[in-house]
Amino acid sequence: MKKLLLSSIIIIIGITFIGRLSYLQLFSFSPNQILEDPAIKTVYDYPERGYIYDRNGELLVGNQPAYDVMVIPRETRALDTLEFCGLLGLEKEDFLLKMKKARRYSPRLPSVLVAQLSKEDYARLQEKMRKYIGFYIQKRSLRDYVTNSAANVLGYISEVNETDLRTNPYYTAGELKGRTGIEKQYEDVLRGRKGVKYIQKDRFNRDIGKFKNGKLDTLPELGKELHITIDKTLQEYGERLMHGKRGGIVAIEPTSGEILAMISGPTYNPDLLVGRERSKNYTKLHYDSIARPTWDRSILAEPSPGSPFKTLNALVALQEGVILPETKFKCYNGFYVGKNKKGCHCGGGTRDLNSGIFNSCNAYFAGTFRKIYGKYKTTDEGMDTWEKHMKSFGLGDYLGTDLPTGRPGRIPDKAYYDKAYGDNRWASSFIISNAIGQGEVAATPIQLANMTAAIANKGFFYTPHIIKQIGNNSTIDPLYTQRRYTTINKKHFEPVIDAMTNVYKYGTAKWLQIPGIEIAGKTGTVENFTRINGERVQLTDHSIFVAFAPVNNPKIAIAVYIEHGYYGGRYAGHIASLLIEKFIKGEITRTDLEKKMLEKTLEHEYAKPLSGEPFEINEYNW
Amino acid sequence: MLKRIDWLTVLFYVLLVFFGWINIYSTTLSDTSISIFNTSTLYGKQLFFIGVSLIGVLVILFVDTNFFERFSGVFYVVGLVLLVGLFPFGKVIGGAKSWYDLGFMNLQPSEFVKVAAALALAKYLSDIQTDIKNRKHQFYAILIILIPVLLVSPQPDPGSALVFFSLFFVLFREGLPIYFLGLALLLIALFVFTLMFGTIWVAIGLGMMISLFFFFKRPDLKIPTIPLVVFITGCLVVSLSVNFVFNNVFEQRHRDRFGLWLNLEKDTSKLEQIKKTIGYNTYQAEKAIESGGFFGKGFLEGTRTKGDFVPEQHTDYIFSSVGEEWGFIGTALVILIFTLFFLRLVQIAERQKREFSRMYGYGIISILLIHYFINIGMVIGILPTIGIPLPFFSYGGSGLLFFTAMLFIFLKFDASRLNESI
Repeated sequence: MKKLLLSSIIIIIGITFIGRLSYLQLFSFSPNQILEDPAIKTVYDYPERGYIYDRNGELLVGNQPAYDVMVIPRETRALDTLEFCGLLGLEKEDFLLKMKKARRYSPRLPSVLVAQLSKEDYARLQEKMRKYIGFYIQKRSLRDYVTNSAANVLGYISEVNETDLRTNPYYTAGELKGRTGIEKQYEDVLRGRKGVKYIQKDRFNRDIGKFKNGKLDTLPELGKELHITIDKTLQEYGERLMHGKRGGIVAIEPTSGEILAMISGPTYNPDLLVGRERSKNYTKLHYDSIARPTWDRSILAEPSPGSPFKTLNALVALQEGVILPETKFKCYNGFYVGKNKKGCHCGGGTRDLNSGIFNSCNAYFAGTFRKIYGKYKTTDEGMDTWEKHMKSFGLGDYLGTDLPTGRPGRIPDKAYYDKAYGDNRWASSFIISNAIGQGEVAATPIQLANMTAAIANKGFFYTPHIIKQIGNNSTIDPLYTQRRYTTINKKHFEPVIDAMTNVYKYGTAKWLQIPGIEIAGKTGTVENFTRINGERVQLTDHSIFVAFAPVNNPKIAIAVYIEHGYYGGRYAGHIASLLIEKFIKGEITRTDLEKKMLEKTLEHEYAKPLSGEPFEINEYNW
Repeated sequence: MLKRIDWLTVLFYVLLVFFGWINIYSTTLSDTSISIFNTSTLYGKQLFFIGVSLIGVLVILFVDTNFFERFSGVFYVVGLVLLVGLFPFGKVIGGAKSWYDLGFMNLQPSEFVKVAAALALAKYLSDIQTDIKNRKHQFYAILIILIPVLLVSPQPDPGSALVFFSLFFVLFREGLPIYFLGLALLLIALFVFTLMFGTIWVAIGLGMMISLFFFFKRPDLKIPTIPLVVFITGCLVVSLSVNFVFNNVFEQRHRDRFGLWLNLEKDTSKLEQIKKTIGYNTYQAEKAIESGGFFGKGFLEGTRTKGDFVPEQHTDYIFSSVGEEWGFIGTALVILIFTLFFLRLVQIAERQKREFSRMYGYGIISILLIHYFINIGMVIGILPTIGIPLPFFSYGGSGLLFFTAMLFIFLKFDASRLNESI
């Protein structure tokens, strides 16, 4: 016993130690530790963000250097505060407050004292900087916009937030990330890949050399340049035309699905979200809940499509064989749903497909719509068929564009009406408004433009997209080079396109012809309502226009949607006509038309529902 | 003579010193690479101390075996004088007045006294007239241990004081009733459990243990009532007095150390504060060991070692460098070598024919073992912080010199055991 006492204690101690060491080194050990190791500082080397060019190789977005004044509080010495504040453009109190903040954050780590100096301030400050020990200037790269348009398409970048940090291990605090538009969609490509350097520190946070002699360090990978399908000239021109108007415009090249322009009004200068005033400007834009400049109407607004939708109903009816182009319907300056008469502005008389479209006859399409449903025994079956045809035009669902936002619009189906009216408690008469693009159907401007492109292509479209070329590689995602066919036979498009051409020749847009270019189009005038103090109030109609040109060799398909612009031929028609001319001819021959659009605004319309007083809608004079 | 040296022990010794130096090299290496023989660097100095120690070994091996036994009393008295001399002449290093400044090195006399006390205790106990069963002789033996304790405690050097207590193992080996040890362990257990769980739970636990004892004891075993009552009352009184001692006798830094050790502090912000101040060393050492994982980061690759995150890493916290750079493989190997080393020493001690040799052997084993136990226990966070070096491993000249000396004196006794005739 006496002899074994010490030996047993030795062994017990050994086992205890091994046990504790296995707990520490085998169980508590976490292998991913280089970033958590307090002894290793990770320094990043950020590559320049990729440039963005338009379809013709014109620069849209570049980079500009910005200069942050940094401070390491512990290293500062007594200084002439007044002179330094003068150089920085700071008040003394402000300066002292910032110094206090920096010290509180960490006396040893650098903090930003003044962010994003202008080049002039930088030049002035640089030569005097060495006098101020503990302060230095750090160069950063900011976006530099060569255009003042396309803000919503291009998007903006901002510092990563908590969620980004949690969900994406690539980012570390303070880094920039694309938030909207192309900057978001092509973040990985534009951003490149930052280089990493690991630096060994001691416990006072001083650098004492490279970790493992730089074996784990990586070089930065440059961001790639991006060529997008936007036509800078067209985009800028469209935004000028949208002056004082709210709405969205999308122009697509039908032969490729490339988006030529995406205009949302009102918009803002992308420069506002860069630099020292960024957060002030952002707050201003973001909280403008009436005009909503950051809400991209070209892809998010979902108005009823109005009369342009009639062209699709005509195509469906032809495809289903329920009408022929010659089939006639009589218009009694309107049509009857049961005992209720619904109005029509076409002038009345007997209408066939051609005049039904170019005069936009509601009665003709009510009849057509009834025929589509009449073909099937039950409304359900008719509904399914109609829905299938409509959806083949990219309506009623997300289009699948390479933009980070979008809306599905709406093609109502059985389930929708069952929910609205109760199971099977509705009939085709309930949904007759869909015949003329009112009622429950809804589509975003980009869907309307795409639908127009499908008509221009006589039965197919390419998923609209914004990407043209990434770096030197011009092959893009095959998703955007594949044809998506509609359910309508090619031959049925001829009479509809003819009728759409006649819209310009004889119909609702005959004042908008462009000399030398044959255009096919369709106006739309969309009734709409809002709620003021809980009451349903009708507002001035939305002005909608879709068109493509030239008819024989379509180069552009366009949809214009102007909120409360009254009838289709007014604002939307004018703007569409000008944009087509600009795109195809490169110049505007009808300067009076142009002048009118550049000058006229709809602010008085938008003020009406907010005025709190009774107001007139659909005023004839403009 | 050399043939009879126990070479296995020497091998363990060499391994420990060599591996210790390797880690000192890693912790004290600076960017500018200087020759390992340059004595302006700490690793160069340690190499010099290793050389001095080797000379010491040679001297010990050629000195007459009886020299140490004969002069053990003198050594002891000289040692005590040196300890007393510290009060007027001592040099303060790291807050403790434990050193003499010899110019080329600092000498810590308590290291010398450890050897001397082991010799003196062995000498006294092995005396033909000494009877360990005799109360008076027990008292004298304990006095040999306690005088150095009284002299080093005020320096303050609680680590060395504890080391002298370890000499009680010699007494246990030689026949001091084992219940002294049991009593000591009981007091420690009562102290710790009262701090952790409070007196009520200690009383409940005690009650349950006694019930279990009565339940399982042999039926014919009679337990007298009065001693049992005295025992229980004694335990409860100790438990009740723990809080008083803890709050009124201990200083705040002691309370913090115990608080950290036993996880008494539940307030996380205060815990963070303790981790940054009094518990900083232990916390950083633990983290450094943990970050080594199974394989370690590799020699000279320990980021926390390089970054000097663990203060005193080359001295008391040298084991954390092993943990970080050599991983579990390294730490387990060191534990294994130490364990085998100690077991071998016990074996050698038991084969001594002379009582003096055996008792001296037990003395130095106890001294080395408690250093090892407290040092590593502290570094890996199972014992409170007590500044004490790891034998043969830590940086330090007088430590290495006297650890080496006490070991080789013993090996010398062992080598000459066959020449003895009793």
